[in-house]
Amino acid sequence: MIVAQQKPLQEIADMVSDCKKVLLVGCAGCVTVCLSGGEKETEVMSSALRIKRRLEENPLTTVTFTATRQCDPEYIAEMDEMVKDVDAIISLACGVGVQYVAERYSDKWVVPALNTNFIGGSTVHGIWEEKCGLCGDCVLHKTGGICPIIRCSKSILNGPCGGSQYGKCEISKDTDCAWALIYERMKTLGKLNKLMEIQPPKDWSTSRDGGPRRATREDVIIG
Amino acid sequence: MKYLSKLQQVLETGNFAVTAEIGPPKHASAEGVRHHAHMMKDYVDATNITDCQTAIVRISSIATGVHVMDCGIEPIVQMTCRDRNRIAMQADMLGAYSLGMRNLLCLSGDHQKFGNHPTSKNVYDVDSMQLIYLVKRMRDEKKFFSGEEIKEHEPQFFIGAVANPFADPFEFRVDRLEKKVEAGAQFIQTQCIFDMERFERFMEMVRERGLHERTHILAGVTPLKSWRGAKYMQSNVSGMIVPEEIVQRLKSAEDPKKEGVDLCIEQINYIKDNIKGVHGVHVMAIAWEEIIPEIVQRCGLYPRPKFED
Amino acid sequence: MQYAPNIRIVEMTCTGNTDHRVLLQAFEEGADGVYVAGCMEGDCHFLKGNIRARKRVNAVKKLLDEIGVGGDRLEMFNLSSAQGGRFAQIANEMTERIKSLGPSPLNKSGAKKKEGDA
Repeated sequence: MIVAQQKPLQEIADMVSDCKKVLLVGCAGCVTVCLSGGEKETEVMSSALRIKRRLEENPLTTVTFTATRQCDPEYIAEMDEMVKDVDAIISLACGVGVQYVAERYSDKWVVPALNTNFIGGSTVHGIWEEKCGLCGDCVLHKTGGICPIIRCSKSILNGPCGGSQYGKCEISKDTDCAWALIYERMKTLGKLNKLMEIQPPKDWSTSRDGGPRRATREDVIIG
Repeated sequence: MKYLSKLQQVLETGNFAVTAEIGPPKHASAEGVRHHAHMMKDYVDATNITDCQTAIVRISSIATGVHVMDCGIEPIVQMTCRDRNRIAMQADMLGAYSLGMRNLLCLSGDHQKFGNHPTSKNVYDVDSMQLIYLVKRMRDEKKFFSGEEIKEHEPQFFIGAVANPFADPFEFRVDRLEKKVEAGAQFIQTQCIFDMERFERFMEMVRERGLHERTHILAGVTPLKSWRGAKYMQSNVSGMIVPEEIVQRLKSAEDPKKEGVDLCIEQINYIKDNIKGVHGVHVMAIAWEEIIPEIVQRCGLYPRPKFED
Repeated sequence: MQYAPNIRIVEMTCTGNTDHRVLLQAFEEGADGVYVAGCMEGDCHFLKGNIRARKRVNAVKKLLDEIGVGGDRLEMFNLSSAQGGRFAQIANEMTERIKSLGPSPLNKSGAKKKEGDA
């Protein structure tokens, strides 16, 4: 899933300081699962903003709505009526959702309430970790199911580098060295010989370096 | 036999090589660099020029290399994968070669988190292994990293790499060295050795695989100035092992600097006389370049071999 | 059992069911202070309900500090249902604390709730 975290409330408040009425839109997708932009978080944020603004003697009226997904125009369309009389829309979705909302309501001031961090999953309730680097050319079959693109802080394909010690990365004692994990896993699998192959330079054109990407499935395009 | 560089000639004619390290300054004057280069000129075969080490902005390694050459020392240009993509790397390599630099040391580079620009973006377009391979292919097959032909004047570097016997997983360190040799590393400089026992185990594995016959291994040593410096490396530098005895030895010494130099000389002599397969020593006198002549002299490694051009 | 008359009790099935929203709502609707009274730690019928409640209370305290209400106005206490005396003591203690803090800034003239707050 996409993991996102809320921006500091002050930052969000500043974005709508000149508004009298705002619509806060949550998303029932990834950000609900990672507890940053679901229905509950949307309501908490709206309450906090209202209180803050009352104390500043500049009351704010809020409306809340949680879309099934903000990355799908049909679910955003459900709030067409709600947006009419608001001065701004605060989206509690990932960066994708914010853009879909902004695109649909092109005459509205649409602002992000979250910082979209990474794609990953939770290790325990309340802790999420990055797992995929979105490089567009998966190498997990070569690395024992552990992504070196994003879990190695240097994206090294022929690791581990000289900064790996006691299983940890040089950047922090709290960060596992992805290559130490890869080594252990390949050892368990009896496939250490695979690590002796020199992995060639990566073709980053399938990653963000190739410009904005698009995925197409001809057989399901309607029309 | 035509040698790519003097360092290669020293190594391939069977001499025990001595390289040192010059760290460029955090300002735009090369006066200090030139002073150090003049001082160590007759005592080393070549000197590394670090590439923004620990991710701190300094005069670039290639620009510093020009000053060092001008002072009569052959530079070993360090090139990290941290700051440049493959386009910038090759541009710099062409430039370095055009300026007369012949030794290139390929390494990953410290993460920018530790430097003076922790908010910067890193590159790591290629890793050190790939860089070694690509530089070799550039030389031997006249190809840019993309595979495009280099029509004329391809750069022909004597290619170096680093190995860290003190990083983990220990068993994989020799494997990775072997990969670097496969990729094209002709000489290897190791991380500073303080844990001699571990280095000996490492070299034993190196010899078992015959890697010392396929590449030149230069053992890295660092003279310590104080027990605090030793302690710092012991606890704060990932990939270093500094045994407690060394910290204690410096702590109890009357003159810690002298003790640090003595220790370094003992290490070099031990490596030279006892560890087979080591072809030279790389002295990293961090912020203490002026001590190099004394160390080289006292190890009986002076004078350095001279060759006709 | 006697305790300060200014306390209004909102019953919850378990403190673990106390949502951030309920706490904020109480302040928005005029409470000068709020406290959550949960079972003794280790005695939760649902094992960790009261531990979770405390974490949430702490999160909302932080938020109240951030938005200017003041986290001191919210507290979590643990006591068993048999401790009537302790209940009264906490009620009085909290009342004293809030009195010394004065009315919630939300209840001061300028910040009075106006219509339109959805």
